[in-house]
Amino acid sequence: MRIPCPNCGERGLEEFSYRGDATVTRPTSIEPSSESAWLDYVYLRDNPYGPHWEFWHHISGCRAWFRLKRDTVTHKVLAVALAAGVDGEDHRS
Amino acid sequence: MTRQKFRLPVGGLIDRLQPIEFRFDGKRFEGYEGDTLASALLANGVRLVGRSFKYHRPRGIFTSGSEEPNALVELREGARREPNTRATVTELFEGLSACSQNRWPSLRFDWRAVNGLISALLPAGFYYKTFMWPASFWEKVYEPQIRRAAGLGRASSRADPDHYEASWHHCDLLVIGAGPAGLMAARAAARSGARVLIADEQARFGGTLLDEHVVIDGVTGVEWARACIEELKTSDNVTLLPRTTVFGHYDHNVLGAVERVNDHLAEPPPGQPRQRLWHIIARQVVLASGAMERGLSFTNNDRPGVMLASAVRSYVNRYAVAPGESAIVFANNDSGVRTVRDLKSVGLTVRALVDVRSGVDSAVRAELEDTGTQVFDNSVVLRAHGTTQLRGARIAPRGGGQGVDLDCDLLCLSGGHDPRIHLTSHTGVKPVFDNTLGCFLAGDLGESVSVVGGASGRFDMVTALRTGHDAGHEAALRCGFALAIEQPIPEVTGESAESASEALWQIAGATEKAFVDLQNDVTVDDLALAVREGFDSVELMKRYTTLGMATDQGKTSNVTGLAILGEQTQRAMADVGTTTFRPPYTPVAIGAFAGDSRGRHFQPVRYSPLHEWAVDLGAEFLEVGLWYRSRYFPKAGEDMAVASEREVLATRRSVGVCDVSTLGKIDIQGPDAGAFLNLLYSNGFKTLQVGKARYGLMLREDGILYDDGTASRLTADRYLMTTTTHNAAGVLAHMEFYHQCVWPGLDVQFCSVTEQWAGLAVAGPQSRELLSRVLPQISLDNDAFPYMAAGEFTFQGMALRLFRISFSGELGYEINVPAGYARAFADHLMEVGEAFGITPYGSEALDVMRIEKGHVTAKELNGQTTPHDLGLGRMVSQKKDYIGRFLSGRPGMIDANRQRIVGLVPERAGARLFAGAHLVGPGKSAIAKNDEGFVTSVTYSPALGHWIGLALVNGGEERIGEKMRAIEGLRGMEADVELVSPLFLDPEGVRLRD
Repeated sequence: MRIPCPNCGERGLEEFSYRGDATVTRPTSIEPSSESAWLDYVYLRDNPYGPHWEFWHHISGCRAWFRLKRDTVTHKVLAVALAAGVDGEDHRS
Repeated sequence: MTRQKFRLPVGGLIDRLQPIEFRFDGKRFEGYEGDTLASALLANGVRLVGRSFKYHRPRGIFTSGSEEPNALVELREGARREPNTRATVTELFEGLSACSQNRWPSLRFDWRAVNGLISALLPAGFYYKTFMWPASFWEKVYEPQIRRAAGLGRASSRADPDHYEASWHHCDLLVIGAGPAGLMAARAAARSGARVLIADEQARFGGTLLDEHVVIDGVTGVEWARACIEELKTSDNVTLLPRTTVFGHYDHNVLGAVERVNDHLAEPPPGQPRQRLWHIIARQVVLASGAMERGLSFTNNDRPGVMLASAVRSYVNRYAVAPGESAIVFANNDSGVRTVRDLKSVGLTVRALVDVRSGVDSAVRAELEDTGTQVFDNSVVLRAHGTTQLRGARIAPRGGGQGVDLDCDLLCLSGGHDPRIHLTSHTGVKPVFDNTLGCFLAGDLGESVSVVGGASGRFDMVTALRTGHDAGHEAALRCGFALAIEQPIPEVTGESAESASEALWQIAGATEKAFVDLQNDVTVDDLALAVREGFDSVELMKRYTTLGMATDQGKTSNVTGLAILGEQTQRAMADVGTTTFRPPYTPVAIGAFAGDSRGRHFQPVRYSPLHEWAVDLGAEFLEVGLWYRSRYFPKAGEDMAVASEREVLATRRSVGVCDVSTLGKIDIQGPDAGAFLNLLYSNGFKTLQVGKARYGLMLREDGILYDDGTASRLTADRYLMTTTTHNAAGVLAHMEFYHQCVWPGLDVQFCSVTEQWAGLAVAGPQSRELLSRVLPQISLDNDAFPYMAAGEFTFQGMALRLFRISFSGELGYEINVPAGYARAFADHLMEVGEAFGITPYGSEALDVMRIEKGHVTAKELNGQTTPHDLGLGRMVSQKKDYIGRFLSGRPGMIDANRQRIVGLVPERAGARLFAGAHLVGPGKSAIAKNDEGFVTSVTYSPALGHWIGLALVNGGEERIGEKMRAIEGLRGMEADVELVSPLFLDPEGVRLRD
């Protein structure tokens, strides 16, 4: 596979490490009432058939974390954005 | 030496001036430059070349290409001996030595051919039916016996003496196959300026142009190919890779190929690789891999002398070899007539053409019959005669009847053609059966791959040239070569229009074995049996009968097998489905994948900047991940236990020095650096003062311990973090994730400085005195530089960082100096330390001292423990958010009954303990139900004079004082132990602080 790093352009899969689902958001509350949000965040993942936002790390390159929208069926790369964001926008859909 | 009795007097693409001597089964033969092993064997009349896998039936050469199921030999000798090598693709070289396989004592008289006589006992699935009982017999009796009986060739058991390398290549267009279609595609794209890579598995480009009589643009196919190749060779933008098999097509047009750089020589020239693995990244791919011919299934269709018609033409036309003297041709398509003509053109006798179809053209019939060839239309071959050599065939009308027997020593088969579309399904695109063409075609491949020529199911030369050109032109346009111009398609003469073939998958009335899969000995009856027994889905049938599961992956048998399954179950081909083609297309040597990553280059090696220092002091090393750490420093006659005991005692009595450079070091800077650390560690870092170090715990978000280490505040906005050696890279990635993905608002930067700084631990009661002499400008007394102090200093113009931290439990310091100065500084330290009897100690002594002190390492931070489990519950803040904060507070994570850390001492003085031992109550038996925990770390304690250990046991500290049994089943050891506090030495930490 070829992965387009937002900083370095298209590079071989072997330069990257994969973390998984990028649609989850770490809860901000540590109150007991937030328990289900925390369990969701840490343990529950969807396994979509089709487009999916995921976290990738250019670990043997610029070391940027980014979100990549990949079709899990065809491996087609549909969109990519630095995780930290350059425009302050949330790129997840 | 046998002369080449079956070499035709003229013709062929062989060099008759270059004779080559080779040996087969020890006998010497001669061939010519340009031969394959198969063509050279045939030229010498050797038609029996192996025994089959299961029934040990005599087998000959079936094809002329990489799909060969029969002619598998052991090639070369000694360390280079390679089994299951296809004679049909092995280029002949001087001194080549090959052996037939799977026979004993000799090829002609094979003892295990008795398998053929008792074959009624060996039907499909016989393993499953026969060898079920008793269960214990499988491993000891049945499997070794079956393996011996059914073994293919023997691999060398010696190390591979050859070298393999890897290469990466980016191109606009990759053309797979250099036959007429591939050459046209490459030429069209190359003329437009695109960067083209063209690969072909054969040594010589040209594909079927080398095998068949054809005239293109007024010259022979061979001449036309030669000119085309010459043009490609002189184009700067074209790379030609002969002897290269593209074996895998992966996502995003990444392809794997293996180039047999020197397999055509006895051994690679010095400094050259045997093979080269190519990683190809192509914007466009044109698959011009051609088609394979299919056989036909009738009784004894495996006799040596039964060959594919296209292979026979190749041997006659390309290699000038007569595979037999008297032939019968049996076909369901026009390949039959073409074969008859080619055989006759070199003067061979063709006794009969047997055509499955009715109504052979009268002009053709007249032409053949006038030259002595009987024509049987609407007929089939019912059976082949002969055993180790074909003697004849029985021909009968399709409707039935006795038939007639004709003598022959060559039977040429054509049951149709299958496009070589294996690569198109590697990325998950299923092939589609085309009822008109009677074969599978590639599915929808999108815009980056096109399939041309024979691989697209079009088997005529005109279409090959045109589709090749169009695909090459289109690929160039897609890559943005707007100047691409269409070029004239070469004109083909002498090719008559093909009439349709007629599918025929099995010949009714087979009385004995009619093979579908020659390599795995799967017969038509086996397939029928599988259906009768309910294994009627394609995936089940494959596994039950082993159809297509041999090293040829069923190239000549899969489609026939599927069709027979369809007939047996009254399903159309489209409904039968297919099994999945997976890489590699043909077998690839493991060495080619390993490349240089073998032996000591298997993985990179990391040396500490103090490695040479330790070497000079006589250290023995331990591999820790990629690192080599100094493990102990033996003096004459010392083993590891003695040396480390001496090192520990010397350190505890005076002063020792240890290389700790491998610990991860991360430099963290920025206004929010402190806030970031406070989120990373479970204990508080907000209050850490400049000039101070603090021990910290990192959790995973699920509350389990991840790593431990220290962070020192060097200035208001700058910290130095240390991690364990093992997790150094992981912690950095973990921090980058949280910084970039979770808290991008934090103004903090950090990077690894592990390799930039060397680390030395100096420990022992004399360490302060020693360092005061080494670093006289730094005040080291307890008030000026107390326990957990940290600071940056300059020493003779060199930056130096000093930390008063200790893993050994002694008064101790860690010193960081720039890696390049490490050796000089360490030498200076040793020189000054001589007065104190300074002793270098290794990781083994360090481990002894940390166990005596109850400090935890990866043995205890094992991915299942919490801070609470390891007695570090006080380091879990309740005041702040941090990674793991919420879920570490779950009731199950802080349950007092969890397996928690305790110390262990043996009840009997002198008894030793074993790590990994399980703990059960006194008098309890060693069964899982009684298991209450396990021993994580043990050592002999020089300070205490007996063995000690750390363990995780249900209830932990609440059980202190209890007695238990520690049982190590692997070594059959056990000891009675008492649970004690894990702090064996100096529990108040006086030594650290004073």
